[in-house]
Amino acid sequence: MITERLFNVLTATVAALVVVFLLTPIVVTILVSFTSSTVFTLPPAEWSTRWYARMTTRPELWPSLMLSVEIALISTAISLVLGTLCAIAVVRGRFPGREAIQTFVVSPLMMPGLVIGVAMLQLFREVGLRDAYASLLVAHVVITMPYVMRTVTASLSLFDFSLIDAARTLGCSYPKALLKVMAPVLAPGFLTGALFAFLASMDNYPISIFFTDAWTKTLPIQMLQFLEEQPDPSIAAMSSCLILLTVAVLFVGDRLVGLRRLADF
Amino acid sequence: MGVTAAAAPVGAARTRKPRRPVDLLVLLALPAVGYLGFFFALPLVALLAKSVWTSAGPSIESYARFFGDPFSWQVVGNTLKIATLVTLVTLVLGYPTAFAMARARGIFQILLLVAMILPLSIGVVVKAFSWQIVLRRDGVVNQLLVWSGLTDEPVRFLFTETGLVLGAANIFLPFMVLPIYSVAKMIDPRLTEAAATLGAGPMYRFFRVILPLSMPGVVAGIAFVFSMAISMYVIPTLLIGDRYQTLATITGRSFLFLRNEQLGATTAVILLVIAVAVVLGSARLARGLRRTA
Repeated sequence: MITERLFNVLTATVAALVVVFLLTPIVVTILVSFTSSTVFTLPPAEWSTRWYARMTTRPELWPSLMLSVEIALISTAISLVLGTLCAIAVVRGRFPGREAIQTFVVSPLMMPGLVIGVAMLQLFREVGLRDAYASLLVAHVVITMPYVMRTVTASLSLFDFSLIDAARTLGCSYPKALLKVMAPVLAPGFLTGALFAFLASMDNYPISIFFTDAWTKTLPIQMLQFLEEQPDPSIAAMSSCLILLTVAVLFVGDRLVGLRRLADF
Repeated sequence: MGVTAAAAPVGAARTRKPRRPVDLLVLLALPAVGYLGFFFALPLVALLAKSVWTSAGPSIESYARFFGDPFSWQVVGNTLKIATLVTLVTLVLGYPTAFAMARARGIFQILLLVAMILPLSIGVVVKAFSWQIVLRRDGVVNQLLVWSGLTDEPVRFLFTETGLVLGAANIFLPFMVLPIYSVAKMIDPRLTEAAATLGAGPMYRFFRVILPLSMPGVVAGIAFVFSMAISMYVIPTLLIGDRYQTLATITGRSFLFLRNEQLGATTAVILLVIAVAVVLGSARLARGLRRTA
């Protein structure tokens, strides 16, 4: 079938171009970070690591990195607890409105971040919450919860609960059956959800921007400020470090869960 | 994500008798629902309410003023135009890619998966910044164009709509590919073979077999990309600058820099209405597709 073959060649070509297209920004950022000049020419005339040295001398960088990691870790942890409880209720419960609850809990994902940010800002003013750190934390739980809810619901609904009954028949206690039978099956879903929740929190700009002050700035906000104030290749150096970190996290994720599962939307 | 998640089977336990009384399991959902109800739904409702309720009673004055200004129509037009273009570009590139991904094996499949997931995990500021470098006058795109002889002189991309669409399409492309991929890999290849055996031509096979089966993924992908594209803020800030206004950039800037909160609240509500329409519309479409499938 000649047309079939043509179709296959065509899709493969588009896919190959898309791979190049998608990886371009990453490759470009890494190349620029090793330039010796102050401009962003490609390929660099001379290679150097001076921008990595320059990066470490920017005093604002480390506090914002630490703040972002802290907020992301705590908000992901809170979301894991609340999201998992809700997922259990939705999958195992028998009450009306379960589908509505499911849709509601993942809905922050589909709403414009800026609008959520504006709305929260007005609420926080109303209730008198002025602390930047607390506001960020409260907001980031809303950002991370949909990711947890989505993946945990998906893996819970695929889990065969009669396995727990089987384990108990074979002499396991109920908590032990949960731990030995259910936990290993659900672990990949947990990990995937937690990973994307963490990354979404680390990356969030449109909601966080409303809750920062001079001393409390998350990493994306600090980086955009660098870009607007004095753009130089040290920002490419920071970006490259973040890319390296992401690759490492994804590598671990691949070992634990498998890339194919990470791609399951 | 929301659309596919809503479609996920939640009724796995429907046929079995519940182990516990019903009311206890509802309690488990309460913390999450309560939290989002207070910190997510309530603020949005309050935003809506405040925009039509002034101290003097109900009023749509802020909207009347907004839509009375021709500049506002241009802003709404810009927002919808850019979002539509970005969605189209990602759909045209993403649809074949998703199918290639579903068919690919071995190293090619791993490469495709990495190309999707890696950019997805990298911050939007980082990606938009690298597009700033790529699209410069002396950037990679211009070097390629001049080198290949397509243009004699470098073309201006940065701070143009073309540059914005290109950068945004790159950043949102995985959100189009992955939902279509998750549907495409479920399509049984024997279906097209069966259709071919029964005498269906390639066009007929595509439009009557492949396309209808992949529609749920397409709808989900379009909903994601469109709703992200109408509300992007960082990408236009870096790729097109302050002079080009969309609903999202106006919302952000009027709160952060201009201190014109009434304007910001108005544009925020318009953005919210569009986003809700996209979500409801795509959910409705998805439900219709499931029924006919």
